Amino acid sequence: MALTVAAIARTRNLYAVVMLGSIYSLLAASIFVVLDAVDVAFTEAAVGAGISTVLALGTIALTTGREKPPTHRKLLPIIVVILTGAALIYGTLDLAQYGDPNAPIHKHVAPTYLAEAPVKTGVPNVVTAILASYRGYDTLGETTVIFTAGVGVILLLGNWRRRKRRREDDNA
Amino acid sequence: MHSYLVLRVVAKLLIPFILLFALYVQFHGDFGPGGGFQAGVIFATAFILYALIYGLESANKILTRGLLRFGMALGVLLYAGVGVYNILVGGKYLEYDVMAHDPVHGQHLGIFLVELGVGITVAAVMVNVFFTFAGHLKADDLTDEDENNNSRNGGDR
Repeated sequence: MALTVAAIARTRNLYAVVMLGSIYSLLAASIFVVLDAVDVAFTEAAVGAGISTVLALGTIALTTGREKPPTHRKLLPIIVVILTGAALIYGTLDLAQYGDPNAPIHKHVAPTYLAEAPVKTGVPNVVTAILASYRGYDTLGETTVIFTAGVGVILLLGNWRRRKRRREDDNA
Repeated sequence: MHSYLVLRVVAKLLIPFILLFALYVQFHGDFGPGGGFQAGVIFATAFILYALIYGLESANKILTRGLLRFGMALGVLLYAGVGVYNILVGGKYLEYDVMAHDPVHGQHLGIFLVELGVGITVAAVMVNVFFTFAGHLKADDLTDEDENNNSRNGGDR
């Protein structure tokens, strides 16, 4: 994964960057499988490696396939990246050990969900039960976000502009 | 674009299985990994693959713009409608317990319908975004008189 990231940072050809991004998503998906998060892995593989690659390629076809060479000096971005990375790594020092049964996240609502969800909802997949039932409002919000994104794309790139232009041509 | 025989044959073979897999992920999401979101994306992938290989016009014959926009709204409305229905039959918003005689059945039915709504919206939005991008490209090509430009961009679709 680190290799892919390094290659993305080095490459100026955006088609290659998109393909590398897709590979990165696939690797991330396999990590999720190793961590037993099959639902997340599924989403990452379908959305990250699949759809977003196609859409990014479409965007590149609409714009340009080459990244502009940077106009500013590289020192400031490197300092920012190193500082942010150091802060994030410092933050992980406080995290509980992976798989620790006494971690706060396993003590809060998770045991209730795991015990209750299959019985109360009749749905053996706890992820689905939480997503659609316990967290129904959140999922409704997510669906609305996707809907809004679709509407936005239609408004921005739909054929409104062209129709208007054609009408102007007819008038001229 | 019309000469990629291998691509056309392989796509024709694959698309039914992609659609079938999407439906499996959608309706088996209660038991295995998956759910409306993943299923919608996979469902959309099948149509995007079709549009990539057979061209936007033939894909648009089945999935017209109106149908896609209808689907986008239908999914969200189905989801929100389940919530409103729950209020009407005497529960709280999105409280599925009241949907059937038995709370567990109600939960199952509610989750099923809600996931279906998510799937419909996601599939319609994804296909629509892709079609809009591709249609935009095509419109730009038509305004260009340059033949080379046309054939160069043709491969991307």
